Amino acid sequence: MAAILPLTMPKFGLAMTEGMVAAWQKQPGESIRQGEEIADIETSKITSAYESPVSGKLRRQVLEAGVMAPVGALIGVVADDDVPEADVDAFVADFQSRFAASQAEAGAAAAGPERVQTAQGTAQFLVAGPAEAPVILFIHGFGGDLNNWMFLQPALAETFRTIALDLPGHGGSTKQVPAPDAAGLAGFVLATMDALGISAAHLVGHSMGGAVALAMAAASGERVLSLSLISPAGLGPEINRGYIEGFIEARRGKHLTPLLQSLFADPTLVGQDMVETVLRYKRLDGVEAALRAIAAAQFPEGRQATSLRAVLAEPRTPAQVIWGRRDAIIPAAHAENLPAHVRVTLFDEAGHMAQMERPADTAERIASLAGGGI
Amino acid sequence: MSKKSFRQAINEALAQEMERDPRVVIMGEDIAGGLGAPGEDDAWGGVLGVTKGLMGKFGRERVLDTPITESGFIGAAAGAALRGLRPVAELMFVDFMGVCFDQIFNQAAKFRYMFGGKATTPLVIRTMFGAGFRAASQHSQCLYPIFTHIPGLKVVIPSSPYEAKGLLIQAIRDDDPVVFFEHKVMYDVEEEVPDEPYAIPFGEARFVREGDDVTIVAFGRMVSLASQAAEALAKEGVSCSVIDPRTTSPLDLPTILESVRETGRLVLVDEASPRCNLATDISAQVAEQAFDALKAPIRMVSPPHTPVPFAPALEDEFVPNAEKIAAAVRSTMRAPSKQAAE
Repeated sequence: MAAILPLTMPKFGLAMTEGMVAAWQKQPGESIRQGEEIADIETSKITSAYESPVSGKLRRQVLEAGVMAPVGALIGVVADDDVPEADVDAFVADFQSRFAASQAEAGAAAAGPERVQTAQGTAQFLVAGPAEAPVILFIHGFGGDLNNWMFLQPALAETFRTIALDLPGHGGSTKQVPAPDAAGLAGFVLATMDALGISAAHLVGHSMGGAVALAMAAASGERVLSLSLISPAGLGPEINRGYIEGFIEARRGKHLTPLLQSLFADPTLVGQDMVETVLRYKRLDGVEAALRAIAAAQFPEGRQATSLRAVLAEPRTPAQVIWGRRDAIIPAAHAENLPAHVRVTLFDEAGHMAQMERPADTAERIASLAGGGI
Repeated sequence: MSKKSFRQAINEALAQEMERDPRVVIMGEDIAGGLGAPGEDDAWGGVLGVTKGLMGKFGRERVLDTPITESGFIGAAAGAALRGLRPVAELMFVDFMGVCFDQIFNQAAKFRYMFGGKATTPLVIRTMFGAGFRAASQHSQCLYPIFTHIPGLKVVIPSSPYEAKGLLIQAIRDDDPVVFFEHKVMYDVEEEVPDEPYAIPFGEARFVREGDDVTIVAFGRMVSLASQAAEALAKEGVSCSVIDPRTTSPLDLPTILESVRETGRLVLVDEASPRCNLATDISAQVAEQAFDALKAPIRMVSPPHTPVPFAPALEDEFVPNAEKIAAAVRSTMRAPSKQAAE
């Protein structure tokens, strides 16, 4: 059988990731034996002779001398005389495209959240959707991050430019929180909008992020196109103190799991991966101090420090409240007695995380208020 | 967040702690490289390139190439720790600790206790261990049980790049001497590792997966092999918990006991020699404290009691693998009468 065999960039020792052919010792057309030195390979660490792993005739020098290539890249081709040139060329083309695909796959995994320097420190965000479309800005709650929107951001990104943000002390944003109250966090979100060149946006705020959105509307109403608040803080005094304090204290999966389960009407949604992800976040330098500062400013002694109900009295900004009736963190009763222009949606089978437990319905209501269908 | 290798994760932990705390210095053989020789500085970064780039960032004042004299530089590191620095010394292969063991177990480990609790020794010794590298018996041992045996030392065995970064940062911030074991076959293993610094506390085991039938406890490189075995066993209907203790001293025995009380079966996977290793130690403690919970004999998966062979075929046979772990798990699932007959 006329086999075509690849010669690939070898790996000399564990530290080597790339190398180059310093000089070829064999020219195309020469016969080579297994174990014979056919090229000098140079790495950042060492130059060493490359002994052929196979016998046959060297048909191609694919990698020119002096060009850096990753470990595993094709450097030459060995085949017997009776293999047609066209087959060798096809082999090279096929190898190169498959190798390029595998390299690209390794690199593409890195695409994801981006970071921007704002006047108040680094902000991490995930953007999706048409660049020219109206902006929807997602603001997560206490201890959350931009991934809290993963189930509804893709649907809304078909119509809107969607930006999910990490608040300071959370996710990949700065862990410095000099102003930990809702107004301070609102200032950070506004600074992020400045850094991204966004003059106004539809705000979607969850839990503490709802209070942040209300504080933004209070401070800079002209930059808020609409308010969609999911189980928001800021509309009443009660909040689950055990959750807030337990979340700060929990360092182990077995302590954190029941707390995370209390966020959902259906506790089976909390998997080991979710718990591990939150534990990893909580281990980051500065997170515990940031969470304590935020809790002390906004939820002292297990009560909400500030009421932002008055912000909703102003009918100029379209607003709605979405709540799960089984919310165990902030009672759904806070959705009662709101001004008549505020739309209220209550889901029977949802807890504190309607955007995860009822993502399609929640996305539909957000789009409806923001002036677009999905 | 991005994919980083075990090697990059360790390098990043060192760089970030050196950035954060000027008292952190690193020292060892060829960790910068080229001292006193013509040519490029920082060409080596240690024998497998783990400290590469740090000399350029922090200079020779804080990245110290040492003579090939472990007793000298490990002693110097212990003394420097006592006097206020936070040295991270690289003891290339743990197999070489024989030449500097007095400095470690009779000096560094004892300072806190013999100076009336008034001295702290924030020393980290990084060292490579483990078989599978074709490096023969003098460069392949798993000597963490010896260090675990010594009161006053903390012993860490990271099982992945994420674990390596967080545990090394914790080791550097710890006020006691810590021996940090890096499996040399794992340096190119990659996973998502946060860019920011974070610390993983010592003495808190990690549940790699949770199951109902059998508890598997594994260390270092064995953790991913145990997970592979658990994956295969799940297809056979056997549900396993895999526990990575992270540190052998302190050891999170309560978590292991709690899991054994749930499953009733225990398989211990330890790459160290089978006599007086972590498998025998944990087996004894579980037998003493949770014998009533056991539905089957405890099984231990370790290499044979022999030096690590150099012949590749023999070395591959020597090291525990997923098949051997799965076989041990299956043996705990058989009826007790059959086990007695074995």
